[in-house]
Amino acid sequence: MAEIIKLTTPLDDSQVKKCRAGDNVLITGPIYTARDAAHKKLVDLLDAGKPLPVDLTGHLIYYVGPSPTRPGQAIGSAGPTTSYRMDPYAPKILQAGSKGMIGKGEMGKGVADALQKYTGVYLTSVGGAAALIAKSIKSSKVVAYEELGAEAIVLLMVENFPAIVSQDCYGGNSFVEGLKKYRING
Amino acid sequence: MREINYNDLVANVAKICIDANYNLGQDVIDALQKHLATEESPTGKAILQQIIENAAIAREGVFPLCQDTGFAVFFVNLGQEVHIKGGSLNDAIAEGVRKGYGDGFLRKSIVADPLRRVNTKDNTPPIIWTEIVPGDKLNVTIAPKGGGSENMSEVAMLTPADGAEGVKKFVVDKVSRAGGNPCPPVIVGVGIGGTFEKVAWLAKKSLLRPVGSRNPDQFYADMELELLDKINKLGIGPQGLGGRTTALDVHIEAYPCHIASLPASVNIQCHSARHKSFEL
Ligand code: SF4
Repeated sequence: MAEIIKLTTPLDDSQVKKCRAGDNVLITGPIYTARDAAHKKLVDLLDAGKPLPVDLTGHLIYYVGPSPTRPGQAIGSAGPTTSYRMDPYAPKILQAGSKGMIGKGEMGKGVADALQKYTGVYLTSVGGAAALIAKSIKSSKVVAYEELGAEAIVLLMVENFPAIVSQDCYGGNSFVEGLKKYRING
Repeated sequence: MREINYNDLVANVAKICIDANYNLGQDVIDALQKHLATEESPTGKAILQQIIENAAIAREGVFPLCQDTGFAVFFVNLGQEVHIKGGSLNDAIAEGVRKGYGDGFLRKSIVADPLRRVNTKDNTPPIIWTEIVPGDKLNVTIAPKGGGSENMSEVAMLTPADGAEGVKKFVVDKVSRAGGNPCPPVIVGVGIGGTFEKVAWLAKKSLLRPVGSRNPDQFYADMELELLDKINKLGIGPQGLGGRTTALDVHIEAYPCHIASLPASVNIQCHSARHKSFEL
Protein backbone atom coordinates (compact mmCIF):
# COMPACT_ATOMS: atom_id res chain seq x y z
CA MET A 1 0.00 0.00 0.00
CA ALA A 2 1.37 3.37 -1.03
CA GLU A 3 0.49 6.59 0.78
CA ILE A 4 -3.10 7.81 0.75
CA ILE A 5 -4.26 9.02 -2.67
CA LYS A 6 -6.37 12.18 -2.75
CA LEU A 7 -9.10 12.08 -5.36
CA THR A 8 -10.99 15.18 -6.43
CA THR A 9 -14.30 14.52 -8.15
CA PRO A 10 -15.43 14.50 -10.86
CA LEU A 11 -12.60 12.17 -11.86
CA ASP A 12 -10.63 12.04 -15.08
CA ASP A 13 -8.82 9.01 -16.45
CA SER A 14 -5.48 10.07 -15.03
CA GLN A 15 -6.86 10.03 -11.49
CA VAL A 16 -8.50 6.64 -12.04
CA LYS A 17 -5.26 5.22 -13.39
CA LYS A 18 -3.43 6.18 -10.20
CA CYS A 19 -5.71 3.87 -8.21
CA ARG A 20 -4.41 0.36 -7.65
CA ALA A 21 -6.25 -2.38 -5.76
CA GLY A 22 -5.34 -2.05 -2.08
CA ASP A 23 -4.71 1.71 -2.11
CA ASN A 24 -6.40 3.95 0.43
CA VAL A 25 -8.04 7.06 -0.98
CA LEU A 26 -9.70 10.20 0.34
CA ILE A 27 -12.38 11.65 -1.92
CA THR A 28 -13.33 15.32 -2.04
CA GLY A 29 -16.02 16.84 -4.23
CA PRO A 30 -19.49 15.88 -5.45
CA ILE A 31 -20.70 12.25 -5.57
CA TYR A 32 -24.12 10.87 -6.47
CA THR A 33 -26.04 8.26 -4.52
CA ALA A 34 -28.10 5.63 -6.29
CA ARG A 35 -29.49 2.27 -5.26
CA ASP A 36 -31.45 -0.46 -7.02
CA ALA A 37 -34.53 1.50 -8.10
CA ALA A 38 -32.62 4.55 -9.38
CA HIS A 39 -30.24 2.30 -11.30
CA LYS A 40 -33.13 0.63 -13.02
CA LYS A 41 -34.54 3.99 -14.12
CA LEU A 42 -31.18 5.27 -15.35
CA VAL A 43 -30.48 2.13 -17.35
CA ASP A 44 -34.00 2.15 -18.84
CA LEU A 45 -33.31 5.69 -20.13
CA LEU A 46 -29.91 4.68 -21.52
CA ASP A 47 -31.43 1.66 -23.27
CA ALA A 48 -34.08 3.93 -24.84
CA GLY A 49 -31.38 6.36 -25.98
CA LYS A 50 -32.83 9.15 -23.84
CA PRO A 51 -30.87 11.73 -21.80
CA LEU A 52 -30.25 11.15 -18.09
CA PRO A 53 -31.59 13.52 -15.41
CA VAL A 54 -28.01 14.06 -14.18
CA ASP A 55 -24.74 14.19 -16.10
CA LEU A 56 -22.70 11.25 -14.85
CA THR A 57 -19.52 12.22 -16.67
CA GLY A 58 -16.58 11.63 -14.34
CA HIS A 59 -18.80 10.93 -11.36
CA LEU A 60 -18.70 8.27 -8.66
CA ILE A 61 -21.94 6.56 -7.61
CA TYR A 62 -22.32 5.69 -3.91
CA TYR A 63 -24.52 2.73 -2.94
CA VAL A 64 -26.03 3.92 0.36
CA GLY A 65 -29.26 3.94 2.43
CA PRO A 66 -28.58 6.37 5.30
CA SER A 67 -30.26 6.55 8.70
CA PRO A 68 -32.58 9.57 9.28
CA THR A 69 -30.97 13.02 9.27
CA ARG A 70 -31.03 14.93 12.55
CA PRO A 71 -31.94 18.62 12.39
CA GLY A 72 -28.82 20.65 11.73
CA GLN A 73 -26.89 17.74 10.17
CA ALA A 74 -26.11 17.12 6.50
CA ILE A 75 -27.11 13.45 6.67
CA GLY A 76 -27.53 10.50 9.06
CA SER A 77 -25.11 7.58 9.35
CA ALA A 78 -24.19 6.64 5.81
CA GLY A 79 -22.16 3.47 5.33
CA PRO A 80 -22.18 1.43 2.13
CA THR A 81 -24.69 -1.23 1.15
CA THR A 82 -23.79 -4.48 -0.62
CA SER A 83 -22.68 -3.79 -4.19
CA TYR A 84 -23.32 -6.99 -6.12
CA ARG A 85 -27.01 -6.08 -6.44
CA MET A 86 -25.90 -3.37 -8.86
CA ASP A 87 -23.86 -5.82 -11.00
CA PRO A 88 -26.46 -5.87 -13.82
CA TYR A 89 -26.47 -2.05 -14.12
CA ALA A 90 -22.93 -0.88 -13.32
CA PRO A 91 -21.36 -1.59 -16.77
CA LYS A 92 -23.95 0.60 -18.51
CA ILE A 93 -23.47 3.38 -15.95
CA LEU A 94 -19.72 3.25 -16.62
CA GLN A 95 -20.35 3.30 -20.35
CA ALA A 96 -22.45 6.44 -19.82
CA GLY A 97 -19.41 8.24 -18.45
CA SER A 98 -19.37 7.45 -14.72
CA LYS A 99 -15.86 6.77 -13.43
CA GLY A 100 -16.80 4.28 -10.77
CA MET A 101 -18.74 3.37 -7.68
CA ILE A 102 -18.49 3.01 -3.92
CA GLY A 103 -20.06 0.15 -1.99
CA LYS A 104 -19.12 -2.96 0.00
CA GLY A 105 -18.32 -6.54 -1.02
CA GLU A 106 -16.99 -7.85 -4.31
CA MET A 107 -18.50 -6.95 -7.69
CA GLY A 108 -18.89 -9.44 -10.53
CA LYS A 109 -16.89 -10.19 -13.66
CA GLY A 110 -19.04 -8.01 -15.93
CA VAL A 111 -18.25 -5.03 -13.74
CA ALA A 112 -14.53 -5.90 -13.56
CA ASP A 113 -14.41 -6.02 -17.37
CA ALA A 114 -16.25 -2.70 -17.67
CA LEU A 115 -13.80 -1.06 -15.23
CA GLN A 116 -10.99 -1.99 -17.61
CA LYS A 117 -12.87 -1.07 -20.76
CA TYR A 118 -14.08 2.36 -19.62
CA THR A 119 -11.25 3.14 -17.17
CA GLY A 120 -13.25 3.07 -13.96
CA VAL A 121 -12.58 2.16 -10.36
CA TYR A 122 -14.57 0.30 -7.70
CA LEU A 123 -13.98 1.59 -4.19
CA THR A 124 -15.18 0.08 -0.96
CA SER A 125 -15.94 2.15 2.05
CA VAL A 126 -15.99 0.31 5.35
CA GLY A 127 -19.30 -1.38 6.11
CA GLY A 128 -20.29 -0.37 9.62
CA ALA A 129 -18.06 2.74 9.70
CA ALA A 130 -21.21 4.72 8.95
CA ALA A 131 -20.80 7.45 11.57
CA LEU A 132 -17.22 8.13 10.53
CA ILE A 133 -18.25 8.29 6.88
CA ALA A 134 -21.16 10.64 7.70
CA LYS A 135 -18.67 13.13 9.13
CA SER A 136 -17.07 13.49 5.71
CA ILE A 137 -20.40 14.33 4.03
CA LYS A 138 -20.90 18.10 4.11
CA SER A 139 -24.23 18.46 2.32
CA SER A 140 -26.89 16.39 0.60
CA LYS A 141 -29.55 17.40 -1.89
CA VAL A 142 -32.07 15.32 -3.83
CA VAL A 143 -31.43 15.91 -7.55
CA ALA A 144 -33.57 13.28 -9.28
CA TYR A 145 -36.35 10.76 -8.69
CA GLU A 146 -37.62 12.39 -5.51
CA GLU A 147 -40.64 10.07 -5.75
CA LEU A 148 -38.37 7.14 -4.87
CA GLY A 149 -37.96 8.47 -1.32
CA ALA A 150 -34.92 6.88 0.31
CA GLU A 151 -33.86 5.58 -3.11
CA ALA A 152 -33.82 8.98 -4.85
CA ILE A 153 -30.61 10.21 -6.46
CA VAL A 154 -28.90 12.51 -4.00
CA LEU A 155 -25.95 14.79 -4.67
CA LEU A 156 -23.49 14.63 -1.77
CA MET A 157 -20.63 17.04 -1.26
CA VAL A 158 -17.88 15.12 0.50
CA GLU A 159 -14.57 16.09 2.02
CA ASN A 160 -11.88 13.49 2.63
CA PHE A 161 -14.35 10.63 2.30
CA PRO A 162 -12.34 7.47 3.16
CA ALA A 163 -12.40 4.48 0.79
CA ILE A 164 -10.24 1.64 -0.44
CA VAL A 165 -9.55 0.73 -4.05
CA SER A 166 -10.77 -2.83 -4.31
CA GLN A 167 -11.21 -3.42 -8.06
CA ASP A 168 -9.11 -1.24 -10.37
CA CYS A 169 -8.91 -0.43 -14.10
CA TYR A 170 -6.09 -2.97 -14.59
CA GLY A 171 -8.11 -5.99 -13.47
CA GLY A 172 -6.64 -5.83 -9.96
CA ASN A 173 -8.98 -7.25 -7.30
CA SER A 174 -8.23 -6.89 -3.58
CA PHE A 175 -10.78 -9.50 -2.57
CA VAL A 176 -8.97 -12.17 -4.58
CA GLU A 177 -5.43 -10.96 -3.94
CA GLY A 178 -5.98 -10.28 -0.24
CA LEU A 179 -7.37 -13.73 0.40
CA LYS A 180 -4.49 -15.38 -1.46
CA LYS A 181 -1.92 -13.37 0.41
CA TYR A 182 -3.19 -14.00 3.92
CA ARG A 183 -4.64 -17.51 3.70
CA ILE A 184 -2.77 -20.08 5.78
CA ASN A 185 -3.40 -23.64 4.64
CA GLY A 186 -3.69 -26.54 7.05
CA MET B 1 -46.65 -10.77 42.87
CA ARG B 2 -44.35 -7.84 42.19
CA GLU B 3 -45.80 -5.19 39.91
CA ILE B 4 -43.87 -3.47 37.14
CA ASN B 5 -45.40 -0.47 35.49
CA TYR B 6 -46.05 -0.73 31.74
CA ASN B 7 -44.81 2.82 31.12
CA ASP B 8 -41.54 2.19 32.97
CA LEU B 9 -40.99 -0.79 30.74
CA VAL B 10 -41.67 1.24 27.57
CA ALA B 11 -39.25 3.97 28.64
CA ASN B 12 -36.49 1.50 29.46
CA VAL B 13 -36.90 -0.37 26.18
CA ALA B 14 -36.72 2.90 24.21
CA LYS B 15 -33.57 3.79 26.11
CA ILE B 16 -31.72 0.56 25.29
CA CYS B 17 -32.75 0.75 21.61
CA ILE B 18 -30.86 4.04 21.44
CA ASP B 19 -28.05 3.04 23.78
CA ALA B 20 -27.28 -0.13 21.81
CA ASN B 21 -27.13 1.68 18.48
CA TYR B 22 -24.79 4.46 19.67
CA ASN B 23 -22.55 2.78 22.25
CA LEU B 24 -20.48 -0.19 21.17
CA GLY B 25 -19.60 -2.53 24.05
CA GLN B 26 -16.13 -2.21 25.55
CA ASP B 27 -15.57 -5.96 24.96
CA VAL B 28 -15.86 -5.40 21.19
CA ILE B 29 -13.64 -2.31 21.27
CA ASP B 30 -10.99 -4.16 23.28
CA ALA B 31 -11.01 -7.03 20.79
CA LEU B 32 -10.70 -4.60 17.87
CA GLN B 33 -7.74 -2.89 19.57
CA LYS B 34 -6.06 -6.22 20.18
CA HIS B 35 -6.38 -7.18 16.52
CA LEU B 36 -5.27 -3.75 15.35
CA ALA B 37 -1.98 -4.45 17.09
CA THR B 38 -1.47 -7.81 15.40
CA GLU B 39 -3.14 -7.44 11.98
CA GLU B 40 -0.52 -7.88 9.24
CA SER B 41 -2.44 -6.39 6.32
CA PRO B 42 -2.01 -2.60 6.04
CA THR B 43 -5.48 -2.34 4.49
CA GLY B 44 -6.84 -4.49 7.31
CA LYS B 45 -5.19 -2.26 9.89
CA ALA B 46 -6.63 0.87 8.28
CA ILE B 47 -10.11 -0.67 8.36
CA LEU B 48 -9.85 -1.71 12.02
CA GLN B 49 -8.68 1.80 12.83
CA GLN B 50 -11.74 3.25 11.08
CA ILE B 51 -14.10 0.91 12.93
CA ILE B 52 -12.60 1.95 16.29
CA GLU B 53 -12.83 5.63 15.35
CA ASN B 54 -16.40 5.08 14.18
CA ALA B 55 -17.34 3.77 17.64
CA ALA B 56 -15.92 6.92 19.24
CA ILE B 57 -17.92 9.17 16.89
CA ALA B 58 -21.13 7.20 17.47
CA ARG B 59 -20.66 7.53 21.23
CA GLU B 60 -21.15 11.30 20.89
CA GLY B 61 -24.81 10.47 20.25
CA VAL B 62 -25.39 12.11 16.87
CA PHE B 63 -24.64 9.34 14.35
CA PRO B 64 -25.57 5.70 15.04
CA LEU B 65 -22.77 3.10 14.72
CA CYS B 66 -24.22 1.79 11.46
CA GLN B 67 -26.95 3.13 9.18
CA ASP B 68 -28.52 -0.34 9.38
CA THR B 69 -29.85 -0.13 12.92
CA GLY B 70 -31.29 -3.58 12.58
CA PHE B 71 -34.21 -5.77 13.42
CA ALA B 72 -34.95 -5.21 17.13
CA VAL B 73 -34.40 -8.65 18.66
CA PHE B 74 -35.08 -9.06 22.39
CA PHE B 75 -34.18 -11.70 24.93
CA VAL B 76 -36.36 -11.42 28.02
CA ASN B 77 -36.06 -13.21 31.35
CA LEU B 78 -39.37 -12.75 33.09
CA GLY B 79 -39.49 -13.68 36.78
CA GLN B 80 -42.59 -15.76 37.41
CA GLU B 81 -43.55 -13.48 40.29
CA VAL B 82 -43.69 -10.38 38.10
CA HIS B 83 -46.93 -8.81 36.97
CA ILE B 84 -46.93 -6.06 34.35
CA LYS B 85 -49.46 -3.44 35.27
CA GLY B 86 -51.22 -1.46 32.56
CA GLY B 87 -50.57 -3.59 29.49
CA SER B 88 -48.80 -6.62 28.07
CA LEU B 89 -45.07 -7.32 27.97
CA ASN B 90 -45.00 -7.62 24.17
CA ASP B 91 -46.97 -4.40 23.64
CA ALA B 92 -44.63 -2.53 25.97
CA ILE B 93 -41.58 -3.74 24.07
CA ALA B 94 -43.11 -2.82 20.69
CA GLU B 95 -44.03 0.62 21.98
CA GLY B 96 -40.51 1.06 23.33
CA VAL B 97 -39.09 0.18 19.91
CA ARG B 98 -41.40 2.67 18.18
CA LYS B 99 -40.28 5.38 20.58
CA GLY B 100 -36.59 4.50 20.65
CA TYR B 101 -36.22 4.17 16.87
CA GLY B 102 -38.11 7.44 16.40
CA ASP B 103 -36.42 9.55 19.10
CA GLY B 104 -33.00 8.08 18.31
CA PHE B 105 -33.11 8.83 14.57
CA LEU B 106 -32.59 5.14 13.88
CA ARG B 107 -33.38 3.61 10.49
CA LYS B 108 -36.72 1.86 10.00
CA SER B 109 -35.80 -1.35 8.23
CA ILE B 110 -38.80 -3.65 8.68
CA VAL B 111 -41.36 -4.57 6.02
CA ALA B 112 -44.79 -5.75 7.18
CA ASP B 113 -44.82 -8.81 4.94
CA PRO B 114 -41.84 -10.74 3.51
CA LEU B 115 -43.25 -10.83 -0.03
CA ARG B 116 -45.44 -7.74 -0.27
CA ARG B 117 -42.72 -5.63 1.35
CA VAL B 118 -44.29 -2.45 2.63
CA ASN B 119 -42.21 -0.70 5.31
CA THR B 120 -43.91 -0.48 8.73
CA LYS B 121 -42.16 2.90 9.20
CA ASP B 122 -41.52 2.46 12.94
CA ASN B 123 -39.24 -0.60 12.94
CA THR B 124 -41.89 -2.78 14.60
CA PRO B 125 -42.70 -5.53 15.18
CA PRO B 126 -39.74 -6.59 17.30
CA ILE B 127 -38.73 -10.22 17.76
CA ILE B 128 -39.13 -11.27 21.39
CA TRP B 129 -37.76 -14.43 23.01
CA THR B 130 -39.14 -14.75 26.54
CA GLU B 131 -38.05 -17.23 29.18
CA ILE B 132 -40.00 -17.54 32.40
CA VAL B 133 -37.54 -17.81 35.26
CA PRO B 134 -37.81 -18.03 39.07
CA GLY B 135 -37.93 -14.78 41.03
CA ASP B 136 -39.46 -11.31 40.83
CA LYS B 137 -37.13 -9.56 38.40
CA LEU B 138 -37.51 -8.65 34.75
CA ASN B 139 -34.41 -8.64 32.61
CA VAL B 140 -34.53 -7.36 29.01
CA THR B 141 -31.72 -7.42 26.43
CA ILE B 142 -31.86 -5.93 22.95
CA ALA B 143 -29.60 -7.20 20.17
CA PRO B 144 -30.36 -5.14 17.02
CA LYS B 145 -29.41 -7.25 14.02
CA GLY B 146 -28.37 -5.88 10.63
CA GLY B 147 -29.38 -7.55 7.39
CA GLY B 148 -25.90 -7.96 5.93
CA SER B 149 -24.65 -10.39 8.55
CA GLU B 150 -28.00 -12.06 9.32
CA ASN B 151 -28.24 -13.09 5.66
CA MET B 152 -25.00 -15.05 5.98
CA SER B 153 -26.43 -17.50 8.55
CA GLU B 154 -27.49 -21.14 8.21
CA VAL B 155 -28.91 -24.22 9.91
CA ALA B 156 -27.70 -27.74 9.00
CA MET B 157 -29.25 -30.99 10.16
CA LEU B 158 -26.10 -33.10 10.36
CA THR B 159 -26.04 -36.77 11.34
CA PRO B 160 -24.54 -38.08 14.59
CA ALA B 161 -21.83 -39.72 12.48
CA ASP B 162 -20.66 -36.30 11.31
CA GLY B 163 -19.63 -35.58 14.90
CA ALA B 164 -17.42 -32.71 16.04
CA GLU B 165 -15.43 -32.74 12.79
CA GLY B 166 -18.60 -32.36 10.74
CA VAL B 167 -19.75 -29.41 12.83
CA LYS B 168 -16.37 -27.68 12.57
CA LYS B 169 -16.27 -28.15 8.80
CA PHE B 170 -19.80 -26.74 8.46
CA VAL B 171 -18.91 -23.65 10.51
CA VAL B 172 -15.63 -22.87 8.73
CA ASP B 173 -17.19 -23.43 5.27
CA LYS B 174 -20.04 -21.09 6.11
CA VAL B 175 -17.72 -18.28 7.22
CA SER B 176 -15.53 -18.87 4.17
CA ARG B 177 -18.46 -18.61 1.75
CA ALA B 178 -19.76 -15.47 3.48
CA GLY B 179 -16.48 -13.71 2.61
CA GLY B 180 -16.66 -9.93 2.87
CA ASN B 181 -20.47 -9.75 2.84
CA PRO B 182 -21.20 -9.77 6.61
CA CYS B 183 -18.78 -6.85 7.23
CA PRO B 184 -15.92 -8.77 8.83
CA PRO B 185 -14.43 -8.84 11.41
CA VAL B 186 -17.36 -10.88 12.67
CA ILE B 187 -18.37 -12.80 15.76
CA VAL B 188 -19.45 -16.31 14.88
CA GLY B 189 -22.36 -17.71 16.88
CA VAL B 190 -22.65 -21.50 16.75
CA GLY B 191 -25.52 -23.64 18.00
CA ILE B 192 -25.15 -27.40 18.40
CA GLY B 193 -27.94 -29.81 19.41
CA GLY B 194 -31.59 -29.37 20.31
CA THR B 195 -34.03 -29.34 17.41
CA PHE B 196 -34.28 -27.44 14.12
CA GLU B 197 -35.62 -24.24 15.70
CA LYS B 198 -33.74 -24.56 18.99
CA VAL B 199 -30.35 -24.73 17.30
CA ALA B 200 -30.86 -21.42 15.46
CA TRP B 201 -31.91 -19.81 18.73
CA LEU B 202 -28.78 -21.17 20.47
CA ALA B 203 -26.48 -19.56 17.90
CA LYS B 204 -28.23 -16.22 18.25
CA LYS B 205 -28.21 -16.44 22.06
CA SER B 206 -24.48 -17.20 22.07
CA LEU B 207 -23.86 -13.79 20.47
CA LEU B 208 -25.01 -12.09 23.68
CA ARG B 209 -21.94 -13.38 25.51
CA PRO B 210 -19.13 -10.81 25.78
CA VAL B 211 -16.38 -11.13 23.18
CA GLY B 212 -13.53 -13.11 24.74
CA SER B 213 -15.76 -15.14 27.09
CA ARG B 214 -15.53 -18.93 26.87
CA ASN B 215 -18.15 -21.64 27.13
CA PRO B 216 -18.02 -22.94 30.74
CA ASP B 217 -17.67 -26.52 29.42
CA GLN B 218 -13.95 -27.00 28.66
CA PHE B 219 -14.76 -29.26 25.69
CA TYR B 220 -16.66 -26.46 23.95
CA ALA B 221 -14.27 -23.76 25.15
CA ASP B 222 -11.46 -25.63 23.35
CA MET B 223 -13.60 -26.00 20.25
CA GLU B 224 -14.34 -22.27 20.23
CA LEU B 225 -10.63 -21.44 20.19
CA GLU B 226 -9.87 -24.09 17.58
CA LEU B 227 -12.58 -22.69 15.29
CA LEU B 228 -11.40 -19.12 15.86
CA ASP B 229 -7.89 -20.12 14.82
CA LYS B 230 -9.14 -21.95 11.71
CA ILE B 231 -11.36 -19.02 10.68
CA ASN B 232 -8.59 -16.48 11.10
CA LYS B 233 -6.38 -18.59 8.84
CA LEU B 234 -8.88 -18.20 5.98
CA GLY B 235 -7.34 -14.84 5.01
CA ILE B 236 -10.68 -13.07 4.44
CA GLY B 237 -9.71 -10.22 6.75
CA PRO B 238 -11.46 -6.94 7.53
CA GLN B 239 -14.19 -6.25 4.93
CA GLY B 240 -13.02 -9.27 2.91
CA LEU B 241 -9.99 -7.39 1.56
CA GLY B 242 -7.48 -9.81 3.04
CA GLY B 243 -5.92 -10.12 6.48
CA ARG B 244 -5.72 -12.11 9.68
CA THR B 245 -8.72 -10.60 11.42
CA THR B 246 -11.77 -12.35 10.02
CA ALA B 247 -13.44 -13.14 13.37
CA LEU B 248 -13.07 -11.52 16.78
CA ASP B 249 -14.52 -14.56 18.51
CA VAL B 250 -16.48 -17.79 18.17
CA HIS B 251 -19.20 -18.63 20.69
CA ILE B 252 -20.75 -22.07 20.94
CA GLU B 253 -23.91 -22.98 22.82
CA ALA B 254 -24.92 -26.63 23.02
CA TYR B 255 -28.10 -28.43 24.11
CA PRO B 256 -29.16 -32.07 24.53
CA CYS B 257 -30.46 -33.64 21.33
CA HIS B 258 -32.27 -36.66 19.90
CA ILE B 259 -30.38 -39.94 19.40
CA ALA B 260 -30.93 -39.62 15.63
CA SER B 261 -29.92 -35.96 15.22
CA LEU B 262 -27.04 -33.52 15.18
CA PRO B 263 -28.45 -30.07 14.40
CA ALA B 264 -25.86 -27.31 13.91
CA SER B 265 -26.22 -23.62 13.13
CA VAL B 266 -24.16 -20.55 12.38
CA ASN B 267 -25.40 -17.03 13.06
CA ILE B 268 -22.91 -14.41 11.96
CA GLN B 269 -22.69 -11.11 13.81
CA CYS B 270 -20.88 -8.19 12.19
CA HIS B 271 -18.43 -6.03 14.15
CA SER B 272 -21.35 -3.71 14.88
CA ALA B 273 -22.15 -6.20 17.66
CA ARG B 274 -24.72 -4.22 19.54
CA HIS B 275 -26.50 -5.31 22.69
CA LYS B 276 -27.71 -3.61 25.83
CA SER B 277 -29.77 -4.77 28.84
CA PHE B 278 -31.74 -3.49 31.80
CA GLU B 279 -33.28 -5.08 34.86
CA LEU B 280 -36.38 -3.94 36.68
S1 SF4 C 1 -23.53 -6.17 8.38
FE1 SF4 C 1 -23.47 -4.96 10.29
S2 SF4 C 1 -21.86 -3.43 10.00
FE2 SF4 C 1 -22.39 -4.25 7.97
S3 SF4 C 1 -23.91 -2.84 7.16
FE3 SF4 C 1 -25.03 -4.51 8.17
S4 SF4 C 1 -25.36 -3.84 10.31
FE4 SF4 C 1 -23.82 -2.49 9.40
